[in-house]
Amino acid sequence: MRTQPLFDRQTTLVLSLLTIAAILVPAMNGLVPRGSALHLSDHLVPLLGKYVCLALLALSVDLIWGFCGILSLGHGAFFALGGYAMGMYLMRQIGARGVYADPVLPDFMVFLNWKELPWFWHGFEWFPFAALMVLLVPGALALVFGWFAFRSRVTGVYFSIITQAMTFALMLAFFRNDMGLGGNNGLTDFKELLGFPVQAGSTRIVLFVLSVLALACGYLLCRWAVGSTFGKVLVAVRDAESRTRFLGYRVEHYKLAVFTLSAMLAGVAGALYVPQVGIINPSEFAPANSIEVVIWVAVGGRGTLAGAILGALLVNAGKTWFTAALPEFWLFALGGLFVFVTLFMPRGMIGAAGDLWERSSQRLRAGRSPEPATHAAE
Amino acid sequence: MRAAVAALAAPPFKVHFMFCLRNVLHAFVLLLGMASAALAGPYEEALLKFTNDSYADTDAAIGSVARSGNPLSLDVIEALRDERLLIGSGQVFIRRTSGELINAATGQAWGNQVGEMKPVRVNNRVRRAIEAALGGLTLLSSDAARRLEAARAVFRSRDEAALPTLEKAIAQESLPHVRDALESARAAILLIRPDAPPMQKLASIETLRIRGDQEALALLSNLPSNAPSEVVAAAGKAADGIRTHLAFWEAFQSVWYGISLGSVLLLAAIGLAITFGTMGVINMAHGEMVMLGAYTTFMVQELIRTYAPGLFEASLLIALPLAFLVAGLVGVILERTVIRFLYGRPLETLLATWGVSLILQQGVRTIFGPTNREVGTPAWMSGALDIGAMSLTYNRIAIVVFAFSVFASLLLVLRYTSLGLYVRAVTQNRRMAGSMGIRTSRIDALAFGLGSGVAGIAGVALSQIDNVSPNLGQGYIIDSFMVVVFGGVGNLWGTLVGAMTLGIANKLLEPYAGAVLGKIALLIAIIVFIQRRPRGLFALKGRAVEA
Amino acid sequence: MSIFDITRRNLMTLAAAALVSSATAQAARAEETIKVGVLHSLSGTMAISETTLKDVMLMLLEEQNKKGGLLGKKLEAVVVDPASNWPLFAEKARELISQHKVSVVFGAWTSVSRKSVLPVFKELNSILFYPVQYEGEESERNVFYTGAAPNQQAIPAVDYLAKEEKVERWVLAGTDYVYPRTTNKILEAYLKSKGVKAEDIMISYTPFGHSDWQTIVADIKKFGSAGKKTAVVSTINGDANVPFYKELANQGVKATDIPVVAFSVGEEELAGIDTKPLVGHLAAWNYFQSVETPENKAFIEKWKAFTKNEKRVSNDPMEAHVIGFNMWVKAVEKAGTTDPDKVIDAIVGIKVPNLTGGVSEMLPNHHITKPVLIGEIKEDGQFDTVWQTDGLVAGDAWSKHLEGSKDLIADWQTLKCGNYNTVTKKCGS
Repeated sequence: MRTQPLFDRQTTLVLSLLTIAAILVPAMNGLVPRGSALHLSDHLVPLLGKYVCLALLALSVDLIWGFCGILSLGHGAFFALGGYAMGMYLMRQIGARGVYADPVLPDFMVFLNWKELPWFWHGFEWFPFAALMVLLVPGALALVFGWFAFRSRVTGVYFSIITQAMTFALMLAFFRNDMGLGGNNGLTDFKELLGFPVQAGSTRIVLFVLSVLALACGYLLCRWAVGSTFGKVLVAVRDAESRTRFLGYRVEHYKLAVFTLSAMLAGVAGALYVPQVGIINPSEFAPANSIEVVIWVAVGGRGTLAGAILGALLVNAGKTWFTAALPEFWLFALGGLFVFVTLFMPRGMIGAAGDLWERSSQRLRAGRSPEPATHAAE
Repeated sequence: MRAAVAALAAPPFKVHFMFCLRNVLHAFVLLLGMASAALAGPYEEALLKFTNDSYADTDAAIGSVARSGNPLSLDVIEALRDERLLIGSGQVFIRRTSGELINAATGQAWGNQVGEMKPVRVNNRVRRAIEAALGGLTLLSSDAARRLEAARAVFRSRDEAALPTLEKAIAQESLPHVRDALESARAAILLIRPDAPPMQKLASIETLRIRGDQEALALLSNLPSNAPSEVVAAAGKAADGIRTHLAFWEAFQSVWYGISLGSVLLLAAIGLAITFGTMGVINMAHGEMVMLGAYTTFMVQELIRTYAPGLFEASLLIALPLAFLVAGLVGVILERTVIRFLYGRPLETLLATWGVSLILQQGVRTIFGPTNREVGTPAWMSGALDIGAMSLTYNRIAIVVFAFSVFASLLLVLRYTSLGLYVRAVTQNRRMAGSMGIRTSRIDALAFGLGSGVAGIAGVALSQIDNVSPNLGQGYIIDSFMVVVFGGVGNLWGTLVGAMTLGIANKLLEPYAGAVLGKIALLIAIIVFIQRRPRGLFALKGRAVEA
Repeated sequence: MSIFDITRRNLMTLAAAALVSSATAQAARAEETIKVGVLHSLSGTMAISETTLKDVMLMLLEEQNKKGGLLGKKLEAVVVDPASNWPLFAEKARELISQHKVSVVFGAWTSVSRKSVLPVFKELNSILFYPVQYEGEESERNVFYTGAAPNQQAIPAVDYLAKEEKVERWVLAGTDYVYPRTTNKILEAYLKSKGVKAEDIMISYTPFGHSDWQTIVADIKKFGSAGKKTAVVSTINGDANVPFYKELANQGVKATDIPVVAFSVGEEELAGIDTKPLVGHLAAWNYFQSVETPENKAFIEKWKAFTKNEKRVSNDPMEAHVIGFNMWVKAVEKAGTTDPDKVIDAIVGIKVPNLTGGVSEMLPNHHITKPVLIGEIKEDGQFDTVWQTDGLVAGDAWSKHLEGSKDLIADWQTLKCGNYNTVTKKCGS
């Protein structure tokens, strides 16, 4: 079986665009003087950083949905778990600077008269441990959940519905104050990350660059995964699961592996998201959020990886614009997008653009022969 | 047309008759009142206290007015209850429901100019006093329902002054259930009355033991501290007996709550069972069909309030077919314009219908505003039925009965109508059904309309217990999917069993785990269950499964 | 392949975004107005409550402009929609302050939205007026709390019930989030200090949007039938209230038997419920629409005219914005500038009339003085004030009844500290 080369044209393009963004954004924010038309104002840096994190989340969904046919409607849960792991580290860094000035307990625990740190908070004061948890917690949940689901061959919409139930159950659980994770208020009022103040402009720039770097690495990882033999099997599972099984592949192992990998990517996205937006709370687990991620992927183009990134960036930029300019119409626009894309652009923007490109280049090749598009009818 | 509306709006004949009778009575009372006007007795003094605009004085005044024996006292207290007792320039007036004023002290007519008069203000303390006073005054009423109400009021107020009237009422009473209520009212008074002989107290304890509800328990476990020891002992024993009795019934009560929650789930999910179960369509906008049904109910009630207030009691029944039509129509349109292009691509259907649900929500929010809308409860749906120590509220009974009848009719439709036959045929084998001449696409549209319509009538029922807001449907969508998936796709009986199991399990868990943990535990249980039986409780066998 | 198309699209979007943002920024600089940010959700779950507050702000700004604006300049509203999404609150706050250069922001409703925007206001040194009753335990230099602190709502309500209704047994029912948790904690400590035994207090928490209240209402009935007068103190939030009250009515829990006093149910919430069975249940607020004062009458008239809706109701958080806005206007006039530092210094001690006939004052702890009103629900969905405090009550940033905060005080005038410990005599420890 032949594997695709890692650095094809799309990869090169995505990586170069990301590199440009990683250089241009800090430059436009830091070097271009204020008042210049090219200056990127301070509030846009964390905003762009947020988009990039969401793009990484979309990428992780595309990896399983686009290449393995697993539609997870609970990927927000992995994202939020990664975010909580990072949030817990950031909470521990506050130390005695909280309003109650307790050296160990975060404010909300003092507030609820807790006397000592719950067991699962231990260790989060060390960044390496927290970083490990960012990967391990979502990964472990995906592993356990996936092991049960894939082993008993829960597929298709059934899988989608139980992932939704999973994130819903987690949301309810995290909303509980007794859970020890801040309840509805979640974790907020962060001070510093690895000794750098999270509010400072320079930290923001660094976080943005790190997010772009993470997205680039995530993209390369996905590209490598789907281009290898492993990826070929995934596509086979997507297109004909029973046949793949009959050929002797342990389908559930492949699914489990890619599901876990995707959950870890989502966790990383969440971890980078939290310091940039400054809060993590249980509404990130809301089923609606997870469904929204799927539409980003669908808009950009399922199964293309670059499409997921494109879709996430575009839809979120649209959201920012709509909620400022036409607040009433945001849900109409989003809802309409869902319907339009599924009905008329089943392959997303990249797919549609590809078709267009194909057709026009064919026409170019065919010279000026006045042949109508008979191909369209195939 | 206009005449018809007017006829509907006019009160029925019976009310007219009662109205006349009341007027005659009032005139009679008025004459009596004039006769006593000259004398400033305890009644007139008590009346003056109303003008102080103090809750404590009003409270005291009610008792004095009730005890005065003045023929106007019932009118005064009823007027106070309905905020028709007005004060102005140091005098007290009763405003009749017809708008005429009379002087409460003399009974003289006072025109109908309210002017600067203000109603006497009422708070909970005053309301309690009114209830107790009315209880004492209506114990001998000719209307059995009022006597019963009065007996209950006296039971709650334990007003010693009512004792002589109570004895008289017990002696006269012929209806056993009113008699029981009167007797327990007497028992309640005697039990706490310090100078009642122990024999009477023991008899009272026995009456309360037989009554055996929470209120009796409350009385028995809070005896005055100076009660004789044998009374305390007897009361303690009776209280223990009641506690055991109540604990026994509590289990049934929880099961009933479960059944009623299960019925709500059944209503919300049953439409989904058709669209998802038999057609394999994941309709994420299903919750919004429920919402549309609830808003239809709201619209119907608004129209009725404006044009035909007399029909309010029937508003829900009128709303049912309309809600079915509205939601069903939206369902058919949705099927024709979106879903039919996506058959065989369930995941895409899911996304597209989610988009539709967002549009419907925001549409309703734009038209009706983001705030909750008021849907009233008809009188026949309020109140409760007591069985043993169990209390079944009428609106929950109505919902349970309604859910089961919807279920039964759907079953009948699917089994005995040609539409049902075609739907089943298409479900089992689309291509074969098509070859037999069934227009499968038309059946799809109709089945989808049927499922959505059923969701719409579920909305009518849910408007009685939940918010009528644009978010109404969102709250039920995940639960509905859980029910259908748990029960097994493609089987209405599975949906019934699924809904009831989840409802009852939820309610049995709630007292131990709390509302949140109970729900989480149930969600996890379902997730685990689906992994063990991926096709649910009642899985369809045969080829349909592969579709 | 599709590659070139993506580049073109990407570049065009980026360019367009850059153009739009720089254009608005320039426009902002060109005009001579004072900008006022309005940060309330217009979509999502909180739109139900917050949309009204946006309208109130627009009305207040229009009115001020009719009076000739402020410092000779017109006021201009900048309205954004944080869409009931907490991270979006922070993002929009940043946008308002950095991009639109607003002088002050009126906004937020839930505790979590306030917590989400706090760091932004501190970092960019701007001013937030927060109009909703909340759990207290906070005082920030950049925030002014115009809603009630727990001592301005919960404690007087409990006192009223104990005194007037002779309540001896208490059910504290709330939604499981920080405001009910704290309020109930304060109330529990307070009731126990008044000699209420632990077995006479029942605490129950339910999730957001809880809709099946059968079991809990039955438990309340059971708890209430122990022979002692029982009341429910409800901190149940938002959407869960309608099914809760419907279930109360269905199970026949009448206000004369077991009164329910609510801290989150106002005129807006009642507009969605059939209130006939609820007559007599109570609410504690600092304002009711039914209060009969000339100020309130004038306000309601203007409000109905502004919204062109005769049925539009007014409620407590609206009054908080009215007070907050008037205080800010006075402070800006006093300082002669909208510079946040100067306004923050100037505003403490500013007094403005509230709508219930008193004069509210901004305190050094950034809370205000307010009267406490207890109202009973009437058939028409309004409240009848049955009791009110004699004077105004000063808002406490830190509760005296909680272990962690009883030694803390906030004073931004002399101590310049939001959490000064009176025992250790140190700020923040």
